[in-house]
Amino acid sequence: MSELQFGPPAVSDRAEWLQRRANWIRLSAMTMNHHAKLGHTGGDLSSADILAVLFLGGVLRVDPAQPRWPLRDRFILSKGHGAAAYYSTLAARGFFPIEQLKTYMDPLSKLNGHPDRNKLPGVEANTGPLGHGLPIAVGAALAARMRKESWRVFVLTGDGELQEGSNWEAAMTAQHYGLENLTVIVDRNRIQQGDFTENTINMEPLAERFRAFGFAVEEIDGHSTAALVDRFSRLPLEAGKPSCLIARTIMGKGVSFAENQPAWHHGVPTEDQLAQAAAELGVEVAW
Amino acid sequence: MSADKTSIMAARELFDCRDAYMSALEEMAAADERVCAVANDSLSSAKLKNFKAKFPDRFVNVGIAEQNMVGVGAGLANGGMIPYVCGASCFLTARAMEQVKVDLAYTNSNVKLCAMSPGMAYGQLGPTHHSIEDLAWMRVLPNMVVIVPADPIETSAVMRYSLIHEGPMFLRIARVPVPRVHTDDYTFKLGKAVELRAGNDVTLMANGLLVSRALDAAHSLENRGISARVLNMSSVKPLDREAILDAARSTRGIVTAEEALAAGGLGGAVAEVLALEHPSPMRILGVPDTFAPTGTAEFLLEQFGLTAAGIERAALDLLKAEE
Repeated sequence: MSELQFGPPAVSDRAEWLQRRANWIRLSAMTMNHHAKLGHTGGDLSSADILAVLFLGGVLRVDPAQPRWPLRDRFILSKGHGAAAYYSTLAARGFFPIEQLKTYMDPLSKLNGHPDRNKLPGVEANTGPLGHGLPIAVGAALAARMRKESWRVFVLTGDGELQEGSNWEAAMTAQHYGLENLTVIVDRNRIQQGDFTENTINMEPLAERFRAFGFAVEEIDGHSTAALVDRFSRLPLEAGKPSCLIARTIMGKGVSFAENQPAWHHGVPTEDQLAQAAAELGVEVAW
Repeated sequence: MSADKTSIMAARELFDCRDAYMSALEEMAAADERVCAVANDSLSSAKLKNFKAKFPDRFVNVGIAEQNMVGVGAGLANGGMIPYVCGASCFLTARAMEQVKVDLAYTNSNVKLCAMSPGMAYGQLGPTHHSIEDLAWMRVLPNMVVIVPADPIETSAVMRYSLIHEGPMFLRIARVPVPRVHTDDYTFKLGKAVELRAGNDVTLMANGLLVSRALDAAHSLENRGISARVLNMSSVKPLDREAILDAARSTRGIVTAEEALAAGGLGGAVAEVLALEHPSPMRILGVPDTFAPTGTAEFLLEQFGLTAAGIERAALDLLKAEE
């Protein structure tokens, strides 16, 4: 059971502790996808370290006992298909029982294939169709400003998702209003549903594009919990500007047969693959 | 003739309902710090210049970006504000339909869409700028409330109601000038038809700028010895099922009239109730399955029989067929 317990890590080994939590999120998400025979394993695995650091590394000021606490930081999962990793993270943070993860995509489950804020505590936005999260995040950041409150807004997008024009509409608004309380994190795993992003629609130079839209941008290793903790601890990257962290990630990270394989964008593990993943992730069993 | 409220129409002073919407919005913003406005470069058409001057910190102009505009509205609501997202109905609905569905309706966000210049208000600009599809699109969305006020008094009342209603609303604000059909003591009740005139031969149901025309039609019908009931069906969703069934039971048929496609709007909503619960003779007045030609709003309304004379003709036709 100790692997399921969430507790404050000692500062000295925090990055390593978060790495283990991220691997638990990975195996949990894969177990959920195996259970549902449906899911988006590749993106669950690429975003696990980011989610672990945000929710379990003390970055987000949220309170599972008061999920709608008005002064909470907002985290919006724009890549709503990464629901299994997200739900696993929320459960690990204590928003609902880990037991509930076993109902993923079951009939009448509160754990839809894509998140629903009216069903699950901790979820901020109903996402799934791509390109919705950033406009919502911009609106929330504007709300904090209008209310003269100090909470912040974080939004995690996919990379292929940035092909949706609504993101760039929202980016223009973020720049115009100088939303320094807004941080966009791009899960740059370079794979979208049908193929590698660069074989589909060229995404580069992504950092330059965000800079041109008025963001302060840093590219980071999206699998280094130490680097993520460090960057998240010094936001905004630049006063008066929205921040953009382009997290270089690997689709399917941590599981050899899934890494960098477009087929694993929405691949579902077999029983044997789940066992192999557990061994490679160093997690005996998720739940 | 029964004493009805139509006598106040005698003066025939015409009003732009946007003025009532704008005054209400500014008063609400002065009284409630959660009220804010979101625009898509629509300061003139949505009459928000004064709002911007009075409440600069609670005014967001996202530019020409409707998908973003609706998403920003959802985010503002998440953050505890009560956003009024104001833009021309043709763009607000069609361009941002997925955001309206997901970010507002499915999420049940406390966002108010103020749909300006709906119907054929932009008649001469052509079908790209007509918004005759909006009622059909909005009406099918779960959680979405759809209101089409008939005059400035009702526009003001609906705006005030929207502040206490928790959840997404689509408020269709008329640009084509209309006479007053309500008295100053009017209060808006969600999901309730307003009987503006009693009658027992035929029922005329209308909303928006067609309400005053339905009242005029009722006057003409009275001269022919026909007693027409007139219901203001401003609340398209939720719908007043009881008023519809009562009309079906106690009059010989129902004529609906709206400045929208005949498919999927008020007429469609009324027909759904009748078909299942009390099949009755009906005429549905609206724009048939076509894109409207160009011309002034008044010209187009004439073209499609969305006039007092057109409503009267439809009522006579219905009654004749029933003889």
